[in-house]
Amino acid sequence: MTTTDTTETTPVIPLPARVATVLTGLGAAATAGSALMSWTWTSEFPGDLTYFGSPAGLQWLALTAGLLTLVLLLGTQGVPGLRWAAPARTNNAVLYAATGAFAVGWFSVIAIAVDLGGLANLEPGGWVLGAGSLLTLAGALGLPLDRRTHVPLKVLNWRLFLIKPIAWIAYAGAAAIPEDKPVAPVLTALTAGAVIAGTAVLLVQAGHLVNHWLRLGTVPRPLPAPRELPSLVEVLLIVAAFGIGLFAITFGIDTEYGELFIGYLLLAGSVGAALGKSGLVPRLRALTVKYRSVTTGAAFAAAASFPFTQSSDQYTSVAANILIFATVALGLNIVVGLAGLLDLGYVAFLGVGAYAAALVSGSPASPIHVQFPFWAAMLTGAVVSMVFGVIIGAPTLRLRGDYLAIVTLGFGEIFRITMLNLNGTTGPKITNGSNGIPRIPDLNILGWDLGKPTNLFGIELGRFSNYYLLMLLVTALVVLVFARVGNSRIGRAWVAIREDETAAEAMGINGFRLKLLAFALGACLAGLAGTVQAHVSYTVTPDQYTFAEALPPNSAFLLAAVILGGMGTISGPLAGATLLFLVPKKLEFLSDYQLLAFGIALIVLMRVRPEGLIPNRRQQLEFHEATIPAQPAGDAAALTKAGA
Amino acid sequence: MTTTDAPAATTAKPILEVSGVTMRFGGLTAVNDVSLTVGEGEIIGLIGPNGAGKTTFFNCLTGLYVPTEGRVAYRGTVLPPKPHLVTQAGIARTFQNIRLFANMTVLENVLVGRHSRTKEGLFSAILRGPGYHRAEAASRARAMELLEFTGLADKAEHLARNLPYGEQRKLEIARALASDPGLLLLDEPTAGMNPQETRAAEELVFAIRDRGISILVIEHDMRFIFNLCDRTAVLVQGQKIVEGDRETVQNDERVITAYLGAPLEGTTASEDTQ
Repeated sequence: MTTTDTTETTPVIPLPARVATVLTGLGAAATAGSALMSWTWTSEFPGDLTYFGSPAGLQWLALTAGLLTLVLLLGTQGVPGLRWAAPARTNNAVLYAATGAFAVGWFSVIAIAVDLGGLANLEPGGWVLGAGSLLTLAGALGLPLDRRTHVPLKVLNWRLFLIKPIAWIAYAGAAAIPEDKPVAPVLTALTAGAVIAGTAVLLVQAGHLVNHWLRLGTVPRPLPAPRELPSLVEVLLIVAAFGIGLFAITFGIDTEYGELFIGYLLLAGSVGAALGKSGLVPRLRALTVKYRSVTTGAAFAAAASFPFTQSSDQYTSVAANILIFATVALGLNIVVGLAGLLDLGYVAFLGVGAYAAALVSGSPASPIHVQFPFWAAMLTGAVVSMVFGVIIGAPTLRLRGDYLAIVTLGFGEIFRITMLNLNGTTGPKITNGSNGIPRIPDLNILGWDLGKPTNLFGIELGRFSNYYLLMLLVTALVVLVFARVGNSRIGRAWVAIREDETAAEAMGINGFRLKLLAFALGACLAGLAGTVQAHVSYTVTPDQYTFAEALPPNSAFLLAAVILGGMGTISGPLAGATLLFLVPKKLEFLSDYQLLAFGIALIVLMRVRPEGLIPNRRQQLEFHEATIPAQPAGDAAALTKAGA
Repeated sequence: MTTTDAPAATTAKPILEVSGVTMRFGGLTAVNDVSLTVGEGEIIGLIGPNGAGKTTFFNCLTGLYVPTEGRVAYRGTVLPPKPHLVTQAGIARTFQNIRLFANMTVLENVLVGRHSRTKEGLFSAILRGPGYHRAEAASRARAMELLEFTGLADKAEHLARNLPYGEQRKLEIARALASDPGLLLLDEPTAGMNPQETRAAEELVFAIRDRGISILVIEHDMRFIFNLCDRTAVLVQGQKIVEGDRETVQNDERVITAYLGAPLEGTTASEDTQ
């Protein structure tokens, strides 16, 4: 790998720039326009795409993709009035948006054809969509793009290509074994796995080919200084951005069928990439750094207004569970992201908090017949969890690295099995074993019964909305704790331990004590979330707190949320947890292949964005040092405060 | 003159007293019965061929290793065998292979060095009262002052890993100084430096001494050692064979033998050649 990477600005498909621009524009307009036409003749396809002039479901996505491509294209061309959309002036942003339009368009066309059985089910609108989105992509590939001059073609070891045909033959052989033989299902599963691995090899090679062909890169050009705006306008821009963010996330949570959610993910990914490239996201980030408190306020206001956008409690329960999951992930981020302690049994602390709250909730199944008021129950959950954190941490934290991970994994399972065994037959009767503690009454905070619908500002909020709002307060508390502790003497000591424990101790840091503190604080915050979780889900059972399972929260998903989102940041685990909760929830129709798809998605993400979705500045520097120019000191100072 | 083990008379008040430190790893004796005294405001050198046990000796002083035998006392009190308590007591160190917190900024590295001299705990950090802000501001001011002193102030917000090699060495020293030590242990501070950088490091060491901090330094660069040090001790195969000023060390047969080998026909490093 040479460091003297040279770049150029050339099209991938040799077209005159003007022709390419016109083609892209026409294609984008056609894509957007097709949303107003009917795509199919029957309302059997989910979302009912049969109307003229009234977009629904996937059509909204196509409309968004088309318009965004158009706006970015015109902005990059420097059309007055739209220049704000593309301050970085690079056609790569247009290409990403066009890719989104193409992905949404062709996914829709193929989904209609597959679901309804044939291309004959497409109305003219569907054909316009397919042709328009293809034209958009082709046109965008003809625009002058920022590219590297040379990307060598990587070819995988030829032996890997043999996996697929051999696996197919083996799979056919396994299928031929009579089903009554006990080895038959095992062999079938093994060979099917090998076939999938073979496909993965082909996909990786295809990725290398595309990369070799496109050679996309970054031509370093400084972002022009932003126009001076009155601070009120800048604040309003932040508020507007969070409003749009709320709308986008609400759209994702509210998607009613798998096709729409996949389309949404395709669009969200490409729009994110396009806005990042166009320079809008860096602009916005600069603004949020400038107005920290406004940003925090706007973020929580946007989150708090979510239940008010919902007409029923169907999706607020999802949102409440996302918040629980995200809060626990943020707690884990203290342990993993700041102190660098790989904890594979973290979900146990959520369980401890939930069980503690359930036992003092006044549930008829609890052997302790007491009903603590809300604040006392929360305190109990948090404190008991913290005590468990110390008890488990004290012996295990003497280990480092992989050993710690294994031991915490073991303790996580010990918690679950202990809860199973405290059932009256294999141990004292405390937790009812696998039946768990059911019928946990709803919380009552100062006369506000969270179980009953509340009427607020003329909008009726259901049970889950109430819990969502309560949980949001807990999340806010955890965010506050994380932000303040992370950027303090204690937080610095944690990061120092993560970076080099020996050197940290030589600087006067009591490594064991601070690691125990991180463990206890993380456990305490997870326990806090657990107390709310017990009430939200009515029942606590040991099975909710396993290491790995198809649905979050479990230790594996928590860790994935932290790593996927970005270690050491606040918004990272929140975003990662939201995504990891929604994806399995919305892709339930994939059933058996859900975990497989999930695993593949994780591998792909780790490959292209190892620092996570929202990295902190440190990690971004760590992984992409060459591509990020050194920042001026003032800016960097502001970012450091934001990051850690 | 046969055994020059008796240290050259030092008038300064002793700050570090090491007596009979022995470190064994299983059957291997890495440090064997070494005694050393560092006086207030002194610069003491520690030299010896590779593998002589210099760094092991350092680790015994800083609590990284617990010596098998012997006693290490700082300002009259025996040091506890825990690195963070040793730093708390007032001994700071740098490492032979640079061990910065690579993904923290330069300023943050020095702030970590302030850890043992500040008290703000978890609740103080969460509540952020006036006391917290005062302590944090004082830490930052002190850290910036040290960066100023080592000439790194304009790089305060750079990541430590992005500093050039020489500046990383300086940062390690600034970080060690942040704990307000009375004694600074430098483990090969000029390894890999060119002559100009070495001269700059010499200046820095003198400047540190002028702040009233005693220094014990391991080095291979003889010119550096003899320019700097009031006394020099030579460690060979875990044993201190000589200690004294420049003349004493340079003229000692055993030192020459250890570095250059014994003359072919001569009696092996015999005592009475002089």
